[in-house]
Amino acid sequence: MSEALDTREYKVIGSRVVRPDGIDKVTGRAAFGADLNLPGMLLGVVLRSPHAHARIKSIDTSKAQAMDGVYAVITGADFPNASETEDPALSANVMAREKVLYHGHAVAAVAATSMAIANAAAAAIEVDYEPLKPVLSLDEAMADGATIIDEQLRTAGADEASDTPTNVAQFMRLDRGDVEQGFAEADVIVEGEFATPTVHQGYIEPHACVATINEGGQANVWCSTQGHFDVRSLAAKVLKINVADLRVTASEIGGGFGGKTTIYLEPVAIVMSGKARRPVKMTMTREEVFRASGPASATKSRIKIGAKSDGTLTAMQAWIGYEAGAFPGGPLAPGLMCVFAPYNAPNFLIEGVDVLVNKPKVAAYRAPGAPQAMYAGECMMDELARKLKIDPIDLRILNAVEEGSTATYGPKFKAIGFKACLEAAKAHPNYTRQLAEGEGRGIAAGFWFNAGMQSSAEVHVNENGTVTVIEGNPDIGGSRASMALMAAEELGIPYEQIRVIVADTESAGYTNVTGGSRVTFATGMAVIQASRDIITQLKERAAATWGIEEELVEWEDGHAVPKPGVNADVQPLSLADIAGNAGRTGGPILGRASLNARGAGPGFSVNLADVKIDRETGKVDVTRFTAIQDAGKAIHPSYVEGQMQGGAAQGIGWALNEEYIYDADGVMENAGFLDYRVPVASDLPMIDTQIIEIPNPTHPYGVRGVGETPIVAPLAAVANAVRDATGIRISELPLSPPRVLEALDAAEE
Amino acid sequence: MRYAAPTTTREAAALIAKAKGRAFVLAGGTDLLVRMKIGTIEPELVVDIKRIPATQSITKSATGFRIGAGVPTAAMGENNALKKAWPGVVEAANLIGSDQIQNRCTIVGNLCNASPAADSVPALIAAGAKAAIVGPRGRRTVAVDKIVTGPGTTSLKKGEFIEAITLPRPPPRSGDAYLRFIPRTEMDIAVVGAGVSLTLGPNGVVKKARVTLGAVAPTVVLVPAAARAITGTRLEDVALAKLAAACEAACNPIDDMRGTIEYRTEVAGVLARRAAKIAYQRAGGN
Repeated sequence: MSEALDTREYKVIGSRVVRPDGIDKVTGRAAFGADLNLPGMLLGVVLRSPHAHARIKSIDTSKAQAMDGVYAVITGADFPNASETEDPALSANVMAREKVLYHGHAVAAVAATSMAIANAAAAAIEVDYEPLKPVLSLDEAMADGATIIDEQLRTAGADEASDTPTNVAQFMRLDRGDVEQGFAEADVIVEGEFATPTVHQGYIEPHACVATINEGGQANVWCSTQGHFDVRSLAAKVLKINVADLRVTASEIGGGFGGKTTIYLEPVAIVMSGKARRPVKMTMTREEVFRASGPASATKSRIKIGAKSDGTLTAMQAWIGYEAGAFPGGPLAPGLMCVFAPYNAPNFLIEGVDVLVNKPKVAAYRAPGAPQAMYAGECMMDELARKLKIDPIDLRILNAVEEGSTATYGPKFKAIGFKACLEAAKAHPNYTRQLAEGEGRGIAAGFWFNAGMQSSAEVHVNENGTVTVIEGNPDIGGSRASMALMAAEELGIPYEQIRVIVADTESAGYTNVTGGSRVTFATGMAVIQASRDIITQLKERAAATWGIEEELVEWEDGHAVPKPGVNADVQPLSLADIAGNAGRTGGPILGRASLNARGAGPGFSVNLADVKIDRETGKVDVTRFTAIQDAGKAIHPSYVEGQMQGGAAQGIGWALNEEYIYDADGVMENAGFLDYRVPVASDLPMIDTQIIEIPNPTHPYGVRGVGETPIVAPLAAVANAVRDATGIRISELPLSPPRVLEALDAAEE
Repeated sequence: MRYAAPTTTREAAALIAKAKGRAFVLAGGTDLLVRMKIGTIEPELVVDIKRIPATQSITKSATGFRIGAGVPTAAMGENNALKKAWPGVVEAANLIGSDQIQNRCTIVGNLCNASPAADSVPALIAAGAKAAIVGPRGRRTVAVDKIVTGPGTTSLKKGEFIEAITLPRPPPRSGDAYLRFIPRTEMDIAVVGAGVSLTLGPNGVVKKARVTLGAVAPTVVLVPAAARAITGTRLEDVALAKLAAACEAACNPIDDMRGTIEYRTEVAGVLARRAAKIAYQRAGGN
């Protein structure tokens, strides 16, 4: 459902309150995935494949089983057949069956009384492999005669169905008009090819869980996740158990960025707990996180854009290939839908493929698929502006989508903030600031759909008028604070009188994942509705107290008051007054709402990046970065700015240094934060932010999702700045010092 | 595993010499504990030397400085006399790891870890530092460039450990500098490092120089040809170009994920040039 925009003056939302979980998090008191300990608890480890691609001929666990302190040793044979589950790919990813499909793929697991014993037992498991040739890149996977990773795979969505085995899991096309005609009408055409590497979300907290099965057969799981209801449904699928037999509690979460929307350890821990009849804790090492959790797809792309000499676009064409990892499911569709989403192109043809390679199965990463696609698209928009000698912001303003435009992916936009972001960028002092010698400036646009989906909320009024909000989204970005702000706004009480509880799967109503930038929008809407449900009840209680009709009572500033003109000799009743008297007016007051939110307003952003290049070492320093984004309405501006800055930091890392480096056998060489280089604080300038507020007409306060859009534009903004500083278009990320120096040296020759 | 924390160097040397399995010296532990944790080593004996008074201080004398093996590099950064005399050595030591690491790590540990990319070692060798070694057969003193024999290996004999590093008192009009290249700003391993120590004669001409390179060969390279290239010059462009060329010629790097052979070689020359200029300025040259 969606809601009409409420245009009243706000009293609480938009203020910068302190998040209730903050102090425990900075003092180390907060309980994360690995922080739960239960009596008799065992520690579990996973034995992982040393090959990127191999057939499992046999597994002998007898030596491990015989070791003292070992309580469970399991392999794929202890799980339901993957092909008979509702999600065979997930199931086979959780524990390999006939084949291992990437280096680090889980092959067996052990639960024991200590890590030392568990590790020794895992090392004692004998696996006989028949190594197969690994397929390590998109080009290799698509080449004629390529090694086939999954003999059963056929290309979904292909124009002509084929029964030939392939590594191409999906083909997709979006088009409108006649792209050939559009290029024929163009005065200027630019074309380019781009590549981006496999990157990881880089959340600081590794995956961790504790599972225990009671004697009645019901499993309890405590884990670090973006969605405990999803853990429940996914684990139930893999294990073919009833969701009612699985209760999942989300711990505090140390980052996810999309990477904790799926499961790895949980089913393994559940199976071992069942075997051992003891609780089992499992924690990935950082190395395991890199080797075996889901990174973001590497891509290859080709972009062609045609325009009239005044800059009006005539045709846009893209081909984007996404590496899915070992199983189908790269973010092909959202990537293709995003690539040209900010622009009105009369003719476009957008095609792409999702391709298997022997790397970990990719997972969501903040605006899945969009950063890679829009990196390529926005680099070419930059080239177009250069060729046309038009200011890159003016070129985008000329072609920008606005309210009423039909998006490349189908729907007509309602009120959106793209032009407002572009105009803000043009007016920003950082756009006209004089560049120093050797510096360059780049701009790029970002887009993300944002999601709605299902949410539930309950609001409980306590006997002293304080309020508890119960919801089901793990709090990553300050959502407890945002939910409390919205409840406070509705109820007219101070923020401090509200407590927000993230409840487990048996205590909160069903709620989709903390992802898709949906929580403040959708769960927020549920909290607003539940609060309004409370207000209706509060008015009823006041009316009953006063002996007047309910329709004659209003809720104003946290008080029930008679409507203007109503002749009643009564004092306003505060929430505390009504709560204290609730026992005499009908009992406790509970509000609730559940919904499937529609109308998530798309998010647009514009980023400005200034870089300084050391021409002798190829090192790129980002000297200034400005993120401008339409938030619709910022419920908590600091946390919106935090999202913008965090997305910029991750995008800058993606642009400059982050990449999975593989050897010829498909073994990742840099599986740690030493050589997988996310930016450290000193690598980044202060990231300037500017929040634009073009209200989303389908949310009561105008909220749009803000979490994902921030990572989309930085890749191209940085790449365009490097292009500006060097005069060279380097079309592959990361723009690491060796790559930049090589390009500079080549240009000199 | 056994852990011992003796209070004298003699006792420590005896413990190590008598160990049946692999024995390791624990100072800051920033390399040792990590290696134990990830399981690459399983010591039979760990000897903590931090309770030995001789390892715990930086002392200045007429002949120079003595830096105990247990002195964290952060303490070097807080020693003004040392910083004034050997700014390049101190800046190299204060590039290791992060602030937290520098509160524990030591230059002796950095040396004995024997990584080709160790940050403090090129600066120490350029400075002409010596290692004061104690062992079951007594004491000996050797130049720091004789300690590391290859990646992960040293010339220390069974039972020997380094009690302190000594630095000479720099002659007047001297300066040193160390630069390293990493793709980010901190918490990283040198892709290339370059140390330069030099002394000026009258009129700002380089009288004596030592140039070293890190991470471009199995051990830190002392490059006499690079030193010759700038000796007798005021670091004019021609001299700096010769210095860079000599450094490039001295490189014998590996190709790995941190840098290609070509990249390391090219950047070695760049860093040596830049470090030479800083050292020259510190020595009072213009």
